[in-house]
Formats: sequence, structure tokens, C-alpha cells
Amino acid sequence: MVRERETPKQQQQVSYTVEQLVAVNPYNPDILPDLENYVNEQVSSQTYSLDANLCLLRLYQFEPERMSTQIVARILVKALMAMPAPDFSLCLFLIPERVQMEEQFKTLIVLSHYLETGRFRQFWDEAAKNCHIVEAVPGFEQAIQTYAIHVLSLTYQKIPRPVLAEAINIEGLSLDKFLEHQAANSGWILEKGHGRGQLIVLPRNEFNHPELKKIAADSVPLEHITRIFPILG
Amino acid sequence: MATTYDYEEAPATYDEGRHQDLGYDPNFVPDSVRSFVVHLYRHIREKNVYEIHQMYEISFQTLSDRLFKDTPWPSVDAVAHYVDNDQVFCLLYREMWFRHLYARLSPTLKQRIDSWDNYCSLFQVVLHRVVNMQLPNQWLWDMVDEFVYQFQSFCQYRAKMKNKTEQEIALLRQYDQAWNVYGVLNYLQAFVEKSNIIQILEQEKEGLEQFTATDGYDYSGGSNVLKVLGYFSMVGLLRVHCLLGDYQTGLKCLLPIDISQQGVYTSVIGSHIATIYHYGFANLMLRRYVEAICEFNKMLLYIYKTKQYHQKSPQYEQILKKNEQMYALLAICLSLCPQVKLVDETVNSQLREKYGEKMARMQRYDDEAFIIYDELFSYACPKFITPSASSFEEPLVNYNQDAYRLQLKLFLYEVKQQQLLSGVRTFLKVYSTISLGKLANYLEVDEPTLRTILLTYKHKTHAVDSDGKIISNADVDFYIDDDMIHVVESMPVKRYGDYFLRQIVKLEGVINDMDRIKLE
Repeated sequence: MVRERETPKQQQQVSYTVEQLVAVNPYNPDILPDLENYVNEQVSSQTYSLDANLCLLRLYQFEPERMSTQIVARILVKALMAMPAPDFSLCLFLIPERVQMEEQFKTLIVLSHYLETGRFRQFWDEAAKNCHIVEAVPGFEQAIQTYAIHVLSLTYQKIPRPVLAEAINIEGLSLDKFLEHQAANSGWILEKGHGRGQLIVLPRNEFNHPELKKIAADSVPLEHITRIFPILG
Repeated sequence: MATTYDYEEAPATYDEGRHQDLGYDPNFVPDSVRSFVVHLYRHIREKNVYEIHQMYEISFQTLSDRLFKDTPWPSVDAVAHYVDNDQVFCLLYREMWFRHLYARLSPTLKQRIDSWDNYCSLFQVVLHRVVNMQLPNQWLWDMVDEFVYQFQSFCQYRAKMKNKTEQEIALLRQYDQAWNVYGVLNYLQAFVEKSNIIQILEQEKEGLEQFTATDGYDYSGGSNVLKVLGYFSMVGLLRVHCLLGDYQTGLKCLLPIDISQQGVYTSVIGSHIATIYHYGFANLMLRRYVEAICEFNKMLLYIYKTKQYHQKSPQYEQILKKNEQMYALLAICLSLCPQVKLVDETVNSQLREKYGEKMARMQRYDDEAFIIYDELFSYACPKFITPSASSFEEPLVNYNQDAYRLQLKLFLYEVKQQQLLSGVRTFLKVYSTISLGKLANYLEVDEPTLRTILLTYKHKTHAVDSDGKIISNADVDFYIDDDMIHVVESMPVKRYGDYFLRQIVKLEGVINDMDRIKLE
């Protein structure tokens, strides 16, 4: 029933990038240091890889003695910056409860909670009280502002200036400059609100302008039509 | 905390070394068993898949029920000489032997370790040698399924440190490679890679390969074993990752399989259910409620229509159990994302019967609601595991519930964040426009708070799909113009395109059938 397979030639030694390692050989305790370095690289070069970070969190799960809470905290901050994607929750699913009880993680969870529930004023207040955590990761502020604008764009056609200001934590002259920049590059329009101040008109999309919603639900992918070509032909 | 989750293990009543005390002789081979192994061996050598399947599914069960209700089958050493001492057959026999043991009795630690060794030997043969067999898909699926199940069972067992004896602890320390999480994952991964199954499925789309069309069987004189094990290992990986709480990676492992179509995964009912159950659960945890609802709906409808055909099968009880669990998960999804239009009439009426009242209570989001969310989640969730070994430090505690407690806690946390959305939804359904001030009054909150609630509603009902796009889960939607809320009616989605396609194919089939009938 069985015969011996010929022995394969010796595999040539190739150096793999971290992404390749994660794709090809993820269940391997030896790549843990590479993955940790990669987290630090993501922080300093403002890049991000969910798959690599999940891979590392899994390895920490398999060998808890090797877990570095500092690296885990950095992963969580990067995950926060990926909102609205649910990456922060995905990471929490892999971190043991007793680790999540530590002060720095409790703070991060609170920050995530504020962002998940649209409480931007409370978020920026709390972030200011914990700048040592958030300033350690470059690009944090901009990432959260991008998320804030994303949620606002889902919700508002026209938004009063104070509401926007609170959400992105920019006021006064800086806000004026910011609005000018967005008007020039992202299609924002600045209007006069009825008596009370500025009104910002956000770009049109299918979520704040329902008439733009394509009736994509009833379109049929070409792949499915090809199945009946023999019949039609 | 619900107690339905607790994996209770009766103390082992059987010990291989003390068989005389318990009236079981592993060396006694009844005639029917001798006949069984001789015939099964012959069918495997002759690649008679149909006969193998009959013996595997039916004869094995019948003999187990009749002769081995609560004892193991004869030991492999006792039957080996009837089958030319064939190494591979003995490994296969042992695999069935252990599966029977786990199902009817309680394995000892030594037996768990021995079963692991057997899987290692069997898998090494398939991975590194050319195996010239064709085995039924049912058997190949059962191998992967049982492998993952025994791993899960071992993790549960290992985590209950409190009442472990000295010998057990010594054995655990000595055999730390047995059911090691790296080993389990790497075997599944090895099957996927060595079988080249991902490339095969890719090339099949372009018509360069035949796999699904032949249900994975090889009609050109080769073997289906490695390919099909590779295929089912993708489902195995999805399952293991769900047990670890890594839903994202689990779904990634399943990607090469297109679940919108029939495939080898639907050729075995157990595999079909396992795939959809874990796929749906992962999507639920990723907040892709619409996706989860659609898949659970299809699966539950399929089970409703076909379960009568599986009544005699040994998998029947498992099918029913998973059916009930998926209804519970569907109830959860629909309470968080009330899109009842996505659910088929038949499934909906079953759902109302089982969980109608509970769903009404869940949508009130009071303290009682959270108890019900807890109850349903605990009943329906996978048996999460802690993959790491104990540190063996005193005091020895049971940590087998830790993983489950964490997943439950995070799930309820998510539910809590969505608490206020139900109230908003009620008002949005009644008004076409309403000022922020007025709505704030009705909800008894101030305007800034209302703004945050509305932002939460938008964020929670607009999930990020696997390609990074935003998809709306919202049944009722709105936009804000300064301080006016404008409600958007969501049209029911009637999928005419799919319906017509199906009917065209069906009609063509009927016409072809009629053509074939020759009228005398």
C-alpha cells in the first residue's frame, strides 16, 4: 500500500522577510524575536501589520513566560490607530485576563471604549493624562483624528464647528488652518451656520447621502453569469 | 456564570494494564472482528471506496454497539497478524480504536499520549511517503475532526491541575510534546502545504484541475488521502484558531474554500456544519453580523431539510447539537442586528419557537438581558482552550475555564457598548425627521450625549469587511444636517438575479432529463 518517496534536494537557505515568515511558517517559536523587532519597526516607521502582530500574540499565548508587556502595549496602541477596524478587540481576545488588569492596559481599554462609543471629548482628556503611553507611538494623534473624521462622515452632511473641534481636538487658529487645508484638498465646504457660527459640509458618500447608495445588492457577479453561458449559447 | 459550559470528565474506569480486573481481554478477537478487519483490509488494498465506506460507517458502529458498548476494541497487536502486519492498516485501526475509546469511555493520560503518538506516526506516513489508497471523505474528515477534538480535550484535561496525581504530573512533565499546540498546528499546516491544495483549488477555477468535480477522489490511479486531508485541514485550522480566540487568522485559513458554493466541504455533513458554525461564530466576534446571519440561515435551512436522512448515522446527535447552538447564535446576532428579512421563513418560525421570548428580553438591554446573552453565548460558543502547559507551581489550580471566561467577558463588553442603540432605533423607526433637541428629550439625555449615541450607532452598524471596506449592517439609518436628523428608509433587498440564475439552471436540467426519455 505504501512505497518510499524519493528524498527531496536540500532546500537552499533563503532569508525571509517577516511577512513571508508569518505567511509560510507562523507556528514557530523561533520567529518570536523577529516579530518583536517588527512591532518596533512598525512603530518607528509608521507602518502596520495586523497579521504579524496577531502571530506574535499567539506565540505569547503558547509561551506566556516570553511575553513582553511593553510590546503588547505597543501592539494595542497600533490597533487603536487602525480604527474603525476591530483590531483592538481582536488583540484583546488573545491577551490573558490577568495581563489586561495591569494599569497601562486598563487605560488603553478605557481609551478604546471612548472611541468605540463616540465619546471624543473624554478620549482626548484621558489621552492627555496618559501622554507617556500615546506619545510613544508616532502618528497616534493623526490616526485618531482620521478615525473621528470617518465616523463624522458616516453621520453628518453638515456639522457645526464646535462638534468637529471637540472630535478632532483642534481649536482656534489651528482649526482654521486645518479647515482651509481640508477645503482645498478633500472637498470640504465651509458655510455660515444660521447665526451660530461655522457649518462644515462634509464630502458626499453613500452613508451620509442615502441617494448615493448603489443598488449593488441586486447586481450579479460576472462569475455567476458564466455558469449559464453553456445554456444561453 | 452559566454552568452549561463545564466539560466534565468522569474518572477513568479503564486501565490497559489492569484489564484482568475489569473483565476485558484486549487479546480476545471475536470472529466478527476478525472478519471485519480482514474484509476492510482487502477493500482498502483493492481501493473499493464504496465498500470501505459501508464498513467504516455501518459495520464498525454495529459491532461497537453489539460487542463493545463500554469496552475498547481488541488491541491492534491481537489483529495485526490477520492483516499481514500491514503498518498503515494498523495505524488506521488504532486511529479508530482510540476514537471509539474517547466516544464510549474516558481516556487515561497514558492513552491520550499514545493516541497522539499514533496520529504522529499516521500523519508522518501520509506526509512523507507515497500512499496508494483511496479512503472515503467521511473517514478523512473524521480523522481531522477527531485530531482537533482530542487536542481540545487534552487542553481541558491538562488545565485541571487541582486533583492531578503525582504520576499524572510526572507523565505530563515527561511527555510535554504530546498534544503540544505547535505540533497540532504544524501538522495541519503541513497537510495544507504538502497537498498543494490551495494551488489545486486556484487552478480548478481556471479549469486546469479536477478536484471538486470528483469530490476529491482520484480517478487516475492515484490517492485522494493527502489532498483531501489537506483540504479538511483548512477547516481544522479554522477550528483551532477559534478555540484560541484568533478569529481573524481562522477566517484567513478558510479563505481558499468558497463557501458560497458547494464543495468537498459539503460532501460530508459533519464538515459542512463545522465549517459554517465556526465561520459564523468568527464573523459574530468580528461584528460582521449580517454575514453571520446569512450563513447560519443557509445552514439551518439545509439541516432542516436533510436531517431526516441522517437519523441512523452516528453523527446524528452531533448534528442536532450544532443545530441548536446555531439557533442560539442566530438569536444573538439578530438581537444585536435586527435584520429579520435576511432569515428564511422556516428558520424564522423555528427561531421564534426556541428563542422568541428570550430575543424580546435581550433587546431590552436591561440586567436581565445581559444574563440571557451570557446564557446563550455560553451554551453555543466553542470550547475555548488555554494552549500553554501549566507551570506546575504550587498551589495547583484549575485554569480550564480561563479562556472561556475571557471570550465571554469581551463579548458582553461589546454588547454593553451597544446598549443605548436599541432605544435610538425605536425612535428612528417612527420619525422621518426629528431635531436633536427633541430626540434628546425623549431619550432623557442632553444633546452632546445624544450626539455621541448617534455616532456609536453609526460606528457599530458599519462594520469593516475582510477587504477593509465599510459595509452597513443597519436596518434603519439616518444622517444629520446641522441639528436635524433625517431618517433613511432601508429598502428590502430582493435578490432577483440569483433567483433567475438558479431557475435557468434548473429548467435546463429538466429539459435535458426530458430529452433523454425515449418514448416508445
